[in-house]
Amino acid sequence: MSKNILLPGFREPPVDEDFEEFYINMGPQHPSTHGALRLVVRLDGEKIIEVVPHLGYIHRGMEKQAEKLNYIQYIMMSDRQDYLTAIQNNLGVCLALEKGAGIGVPERAEYIRVILAELSRIASHLVFYACFGGDLGGQTVLLYGFKEREMIHDIFEEVTGSRLTTNFFRPGGSNKDIPDTFVPRVKALLKHLEGALSDYDRLLTKNIAAMDRSVGVGVLSKEDAIAYGCSGPVLRASGVSYDVRKNDPYSIYSSLDFNVPVFYNGDCYDRYLIRFQEMYESIKIIKQCIDKIPNGPYRSKEKPIFKLPNGSFYAATETAKGLYGTYVVSTGGNSPYRIHTRSPSFGNLAALNTMAKGQRLSDLVTILATIDPVIPEIDR
Amino acid sequence: MSTEKIKTKEYIKRYLKRCVSGPYSLLCGLSVTLRYFFNPKRIVTEQYPENKKTLKMHNRFRGHVVMVEDENGENLCTACGMCERACPNASINVLATKNIAGKKVLGKYLYHFGSCTQCGLCVEACPFGAIEMGQGFEFADFSPEAFEKVLNKKEGRG
Amino acid sequence: MLPSVTHPIGDFVRENVPNVLGYLPDFIQPYIPSAEIATLINIIICMVAIAVVGIAPVPVLIYMERKVCAHIQCRLGPMRLGPHGVLQLVADIAKLLFKEVYAPKGADKFLFYLAPIFVLTAPFLNLCVIPFDKNLQVADLSVAIPFILAMNGFGILSTLLGGWASNNKYSLISSLRSGAQIISYEISFAMILLLVVMLAGSASLGEITASQSGHFWDWWIFKAPVLGLLAFIMFLVSSTAELNRAPFDIAEAEQELTGGFHTEYNGMAFAMFYLAEYINLFTTSCIATVCFLGGYHAPTIGILAIDNILNFVPGIVWFLGKTFFVVWIYMMFRWTFVRPRVDQLMALEWKFLLPVNLLLLIFGVVFLAFGWILP
Repeated sequence: MSKNILLPGFREPPVDEDFEEFYINMGPQHPSTHGALRLVVRLDGEKIIEVVPHLGYIHRGMEKQAEKLNYIQYIMMSDRQDYLTAIQNNLGVCLALEKGAGIGVPERAEYIRVILAELSRIASHLVFYACFGGDLGGQTVLLYGFKEREMIHDIFEEVTGSRLTTNFFRPGGSNKDIPDTFVPRVKALLKHLEGALSDYDRLLTKNIAAMDRSVGVGVLSKEDAIAYGCSGPVLRASGVSYDVRKNDPYSIYSSLDFNVPVFYNGDCYDRYLIRFQEMYESIKIIKQCIDKIPNGPYRSKEKPIFKLPNGSFYAATETAKGLYGTYVVSTGGNSPYRIHTRSPSFGNLAALNTMAKGQRLSDLVTILATIDPVIPEIDR
Repeated sequence: MSTEKIKTKEYIKRYLKRCVSGPYSLLCGLSVTLRYFFNPKRIVTEQYPENKKTLKMHNRFRGHVVMVEDENGENLCTACGMCERACPNASINVLATKNIAGKKVLGKYLYHFGSCTQCGLCVEACPFGAIEMGQGFEFADFSPEAFEKVLNKKEGRG
Repeated sequence: MLPSVTHPIGDFVRENVPNVLGYLPDFIQPYIPSAEIATLINIIICMVAIAVVGIAPVPVLIYMERKVCAHIQCRLGPMRLGPHGVLQLVADIAKLLFKEVYAPKGADKFLFYLAPIFVLTAPFLNLCVIPFDKNLQVADLSVAIPFILAMNGFGILSTLLGGWASNNKYSLISSLRSGAQIISYEISFAMILLLVVMLAGSASLGEITASQSGHFWDWWIFKAPVLGLLAFIMFLVSSTAELNRAPFDIAEAEQELTGGFHTEYNGMAFAMFYLAEYINLFTTSCIATVCFLGGYHAPTIGILAIDNILNFVPGIVWFLGKTFFVVWIYMMFRWTFVRPRVDQLMALEWKFLLPVNLLLLIFGVVFLAFGWILP
């Protein structure tokens, strides 16, 4: 191994003939790095000594681009961050903008928002389930998760016009009203989902091989999770009960009855369980909302050109990955002076080295799957 | 991989428990896949090129931008340029011209499909309903020129 | 002692070659070794037959694998080429044939190209000892079971060579993993076959099949109550690991090692690995059929009218039917379960399979001693 392969972020290896460590370059082209992520792994045999994620392969300069766009156009950009929960990102941006402009949201729009956001959470967690199973070697699990997600996306397509890049919410409500077929379709979907989820639960949750692969693997302590700025399921699996929907409620979440599942071991299995339970909680939330959608406007009246007053505004939402915060600095025009996004995957990925140290190479794949990173959100 | 010290009796107990619960969990999983295997109704594959005739996109589906035209091919565009300003990617250029009466009308509506992200902001911005999102989705082409479109067939009426 | 070929075709060749050669002019007659020529012809016939028997099931198996996995996963699988995609494999082979076989920079070229050649040897040799029907067997070795074990051990060589020669760290890890895996699992694989040998009283596959003649409860899976079924399950588990098939495909481990030892292979070299995988699958299923499911015997049930119909069907049909059933079980395994980690796989072998198989072996002795075998 020539020395010039050493990369920034690594210590010089000790000069010792018996110490046979070597480097493996995982990604950006690798089946289980979930996008263009590059991990440089320092190995001793199959044991991981150090993992350094290298980011930036799909950096598009979104925050800089946003300075040239107006606020409404930036909502479109947020679709392209975490493409699995595009609609929740829309919501996050809209909340920040509403906070700044002081716009109220009609009740009907709030219900639409919550239902769509929870559907998107289920879709994202289904992708997690699929990728987790797939990364453990169960190709069937991979296909099953995506099957139900497609059904959710069908609903998205009908409502928003697009499956993935929804671009649906606007400050003060949503872009369009929901179609008449929406409520029966969602009800049918929920019924189907409950059956499917119980099947998937049977398939993987108690599976002895899956449990062996994930129980006690990639343990993240409570202190580390907080220190690295983890959020979402990764944080809650480590025993911290923090969910923006409960702790800092936005939209109508304060009036809804749902639990925030918390687990205390902080290993891969807990991160898996927590997401599975969150899917059930989301179904519970949607069930509460779907019959109560009030009549009325879906968008509050506003001026044709959206402007923010001078100042800086911040709003946080709980996406499927964790805390998605949008910080807007305005100088009074119709385009931002600066927008910064606090993306959950970035903080979660930062804890990778701590989780993976001392584990096997196979465990790295499991750990990465349970972090559930979405690279465009990290790179932006 | 626990290094905690446990008694032999406890170890044997755990071992035997695993011997029973392990195969049982695997059989549970197998029952799911077997049920799916023997149930062809669950198949969700769409035979795409074959089902083209019956395949209908949703009304709101955002394909490419098309111009609303009446039966004479007349469009409603007034060349106000709202869509051009609303577009985040500068995919639209509205080239205005003057008609015989000296009034500003639409000359050419240039649409650069290659840079369009189909966000639909232009349609939202249009105050006259002159453009809408089309239902098409097969746009692959060999030349980049195919993505430079002129949407209007006739000059705008103003 | 080498057994003689007992097939009628072999006898026919042996009888008639001297007669045909007798038409040659008299002065060269003394120089013609007619017996040797007959043997040579027989050998060539056997080689061609084995090649055909080895290659012929592979398209079926690959098509079956695609369709089975598709239907488990709520898909349709290949549907484009030919009715229900039966010609898909032809297209795949055509693609692989036209690809350049390319060794990566820094690879040990000689070993790199040697590995795909080695990989096909073992499965073909294994096929020689399998009795497909009463007279359809190349060689009824009296040491068939040890022969199969030896050949399986040989099969690992290509994996090691391919992984080592590829100059790829993923491949290297993979080949080391597969070496450790196959050496471990060979033990329990051998243990189970030993149990069958003990019960049947012979290591020749022909005689093992003959020991199961009669009704379907005379097959070893039922003949030794419970023990046979357990042994069959253990055989399936350990042979899945032997085959390097998911869920025990830690050597290939696409999600971790991007394909493992065959990461760097392409074109026909890759196809060789692929082919060997499926011939191995077929061979192992054949062994399972011979050892546990009564080989080519029809599943007669004791009612004469039905038995006559069942016996009317040729033995090879029963044999292939049972074999493909075993293949289907392997496929259900593959597409249901997740892969254990490498150390867990070792733990499974040394802490679970091996003790259980030893126990089964002991119980086999007890069954024999107390005569608990069904008549």
